[in-house]
Amino acid sequence: MESRRNPRAVVDPKVRQVGFFTSSQPDSTHQPDPIASESHPVASSISPSGNSLSPVMIPPPRHNSSDTFPLRAAAAAASAVSPSSFSYSTRRDFPDGSMTASPGRVSRASFSKPSSSLPGVGMDSMAAAKSSSVPASGLTTVSVVNMPPGLSEKESDQKKNSKPLKEKTTKAERRALQEAQRAAKAAAKAEGGKAPLVTSGSVASTNVKAAKPVKPSSQKNDVAVAAPGPSEKKGGQTEKDRKKDAPHPRMQYDDESRVVKAKRRAVVKQTEAKNRVELFRHLPQYEHGTQLPDLETKFFQLDPMHPAVYKVGLQYLSGDISGGNARCIAMLQAFQEVVKDYSTPSEKTLNRDMTAKISSYVSFLIECRPLSVSMGNAIRFVKNRIAKLPITLSESEAKAALQSDIERFINEKIIMADTVIVKHAVTKIRDGDVLLTYGSPTAVEMVLLHAHELKKKFRVLVVDSRPKLEGQLLLRRLIKRGISCTYTHINAVSYIMHEVTKVFLGASSVLSNGTVYSRVGTACVAMVASAFRVPVLVCCEAYKFHERVQLDSICSNELGDPNAISKVHGREDINYLDGLTNNANLQFLNLMYDATPSDYISMIITDYGMVPPTSVPVIVREYQKEHSLV
Amino acid sequence: MPDVQSMVLEFVNKLRKRKIEGSQATARCTVELLRSVISHHRVPHANQASALIDAVKAVGAQLVAANPVELAVGNVVRRAAVAGLDLLDASDDDEDVNGKGIGYPAMSAAVVAAAARSTLRPPSLQTLLEGTPESATAPYTSSSGADSESKTADKSSITRKLKHDVIEGVNQLIHEIAGCHEQIAEQAVEHIHQNEVILTLGSSRTVLEFLCAAKEKKRSFRVFVAEGAPRYQGHLLAKELVARGLQTTVITDSAVFAMISRVNMVIIGAHAVMANGGVIGPVGVNMAALAAKKHAVPFVVLAGSHKLCPLYPHNPEVLLNELRSPSELLDFGEFSDCLDFGTGSGSPLLQVVNPTFDYVPPSLVSLFITDTGGHNPSYMYRLIADYYSADDLVM
Repeated sequence: MESRRNPRAVVDPKVRQVGFFTSSQPDSTHQPDPIASESHPVASSISPSGNSLSPVMIPPPRHNSSDTFPLRAAAAAASAVSPSSFSYSTRRDFPDGSMTASPGRVSRASFSKPSSSLPGVGMDSMAAAKSSSVPASGLTTVSVVNMPPGLSEKESDQKKNSKPLKEKTTKAERRALQEAQRAAKAAAKAEGGKAPLVTSGSVASTNVKAAKPVKPSSQKNDVAVAAPGPSEKKGGQTEKDRKKDAPHPRMQYDDESRVVKAKRRAVVKQTEAKNRVELFRHLPQYEHGTQLPDLETKFFQLDPMHPAVYKVGLQYLSGDISGGNARCIAMLQAFQEVVKDYSTPSEKTLNRDMTAKISSYVSFLIECRPLSVSMGNAIRFVKNRIAKLPITLSESEAKAALQSDIERFINEKIIMADTVIVKHAVTKIRDGDVLLTYGSPTAVEMVLLHAHELKKKFRVLVVDSRPKLEGQLLLRRLIKRGISCTYTHINAVSYIMHEVTKVFLGASSVLSNGTVYSRVGTACVAMVASAFRVPVLVCCEAYKFHERVQLDSICSNELGDPNAISKVHGREDINYLDGLTNNANLQFLNLMYDATPSDYISMIITDYGMVPPTSVPVIVREYQKEHSLV
Repeated sequence: MPDVQSMVLEFVNKLRKRKIEGSQATARCTVELLRSVISHHRVPHANQASALIDAVKAVGAQLVAANPVELAVGNVVRRAAVAGLDLLDASDDDEDVNGKGIGYPAMSAAVVAAAARSTLRPPSLQTLLEGTPESATAPYTSSSGADSESKTADKSSITRKLKHDVIEGVNQLIHEIAGCHEQIAEQAVEHIHQNEVILTLGSSRTVLEFLCAAKEKKRSFRVFVAEGAPRYQGHLLAKELVARGLQTTVITDSAVFAMISRVNMVIIGAHAVMANGGVIGPVGVNMAALAAKKHAVPFVVLAGSHKLCPLYPHNPEVLLNELRSPSELLDFGEFSDCLDFGTGSGSPLLQVVNPTFDYVPPSLVSLFITDTGGHNPSYMYRLIADYYSADDLVM
């Protein structure tokens, strides 16, 4: 197991890509893949997801170490870009991964191909350059951008890109080789036990889980500072780590002891809602509107809280900042401030102290408003970076590194990702289209505006719902740009669906079973669209993907202010429920999100290209790996 | 009849301005109006039937034109016709057999029936409601006129009794419309069980009574009410339910899909039930029906018999729908610069769609509960045939 795991974290996406391609094309040079490539088409023909057959396709690890070198040659030949040797050692673990998800990936590649060959692609030079050298551009674009750890400039071209990598990897290369050989031995030993890994799901999940514990070690390799020691040690405790690494269950608010505990720690004073909805006892249900003034008065008493974090928290609480990206960026920028103003207390190490600090800030932010998945991922990234700061760095260097890391996360994972999504999505808009969107998704708005700039002729149907009425803001902005719009409420969606040609939706998160977790009502729109045979396209940045799975919208959700439902804004004639809000028989349920089943979704447009929802777990896995590489 | 005339006008105005809403209220008002029209209609001695026909013709046309989407008006008028007819047939059998049966021996049964009916005014009313041109009704009236002339001349007492019978029949219809709630509600216990979670949307008195009937039978269950923007009739229903002591949770319309997985049954009141088993209901119903289908939740439609419409729908989403004011959705002040107010200021960038009704195809409906019991969507055409005469079905 550890043999597979260790190198994977160090995977170089580019070479992976090549390996992947060679594996899907029978004329590739390396040894074990003929087996795989033979079985691969079978797999894809039998089961569309391809997952079910994956165990069959795990090449015996024994071969891998032996084929390291030919592979490398092939890879080097295919992409002269960056002959980073990590990937060769990782090739051995990769085949099983790539096979597991290969159909999805293949389709993704085919999706992304046309898009990258578009004229408008030139936005980020990396992507364009990449697409010329390696066919599967869609996947690689961003990962390539992210890969060189030292480089934060996006505009740096390939040569620039590859150079530092080469320098850096020489040392690591040797190590990786060593490791691979060691791992191969271990794997050969363990092979008997490992072979009957049964269901595809388990493979996938173990892979996902497995990716994590290696991160620290791989990260250090990447920076080329750390000693090789820790990674070996890590290998020993795989079982434990794996258990630990399943996404740990979220706080359940019907667990009284934990709630009491959490309350003691809490900064924000929450009063429990009197009229709680029984079905949602596991979610926090607090009175809204009371916390803000209370918190404002506490400003000077809250000593340890950084003002930037405090400000963001208040903005979350008051709803001034909403939308996954905006919240995430605001939080990251606050953390940047935190890092800037940070000084290590005496007798403490930066790594530990700052992690603790960030954790306390995060719990404050959670009290203000439950985290979105995107924020959770970003926090994980920040913590990772802190944990992996080399001890040798001085404080100021470490701070600078952290700040630039966060900056890069914002730029690459959010801003760049959006531009890539826009590029992909615009290709799907044709003249005469009638596009439907729901709520006010930022990514979709950018797509629409960009398509309008390209002089495409289309009409937009903005569907909105109470109580937030975010669609009106979107409507306003679209009309200002001169896009002709139709506005309606969600109930009328089946009335207008007849004329719609495509549905564009945003997402708060995409879970690894393909479920799209998004603004409440998205599921309704997607359902009606699929009932009317209208394609549903979801625009979502890959950093919002999460390995959690969810089947319904009940188990995990966020509850908004119940009073927003009883009061109808701007309609004085609707006041039937005045004075009834405290009736024990009457509850108001203001769900914030819902889970759209993957079968309603035709396509998810991410910064990795356009993928079917079945490919989400693959991207989640890739992304986690890459997470450590950023 | 100035007073009747003014009543008719007033009702037409109300319909046109949508002051009367809900099929139940409309149906009741229509029948009551019809009754007064019939009772106040002073029949001349000569040509009695055709005069009556003309009068009701006029009223029916006005009513239907006033609100063509309110199918209950048409339904009720048809029902009144049939109800009167039955009585008349009975009375015919008793005392008028000679006149009718002998009069048209060679004609087919349908024609005989039509002719018999035309003696008493309702059937022509129907033909008129269906928009049949004057020429089509003319043969009836002329023949019946000729027929009845000879008849009524010597049998004025019989026709007077007939008129009384017609009114009696209409009264029965009124009674039925008023009482359909109870009959539907009686069946509630058979469908609602302990600890169920029921989703409903829109405000329907039938649903309210149905739920309350189950509650009275000591069943405890919870009700999720979708608020039904932009009319917020769900709020109204929730208020009533809470007043009756039911556990009620108001949800946004967008949360229907999210909640449906925990719902045991969706119960809605229909605006109209079409002959194919399709349902016209408050806007948003189709969404709920699709979600229920996806989660295999029974989708139950409550409909009083006055909501059963003998028409087969064609493109009902558009043709049997009605668009309401955009002001319910958008603040005019905010978007005044981009809305088209008909001033001809170039092409408008913004359109607002605010439909009132939604069509649910029969495939999404699990069960109809009417005052005669539960029925499958595929059976509706047969049920409807019981209520309406055959020539109503042939449009």
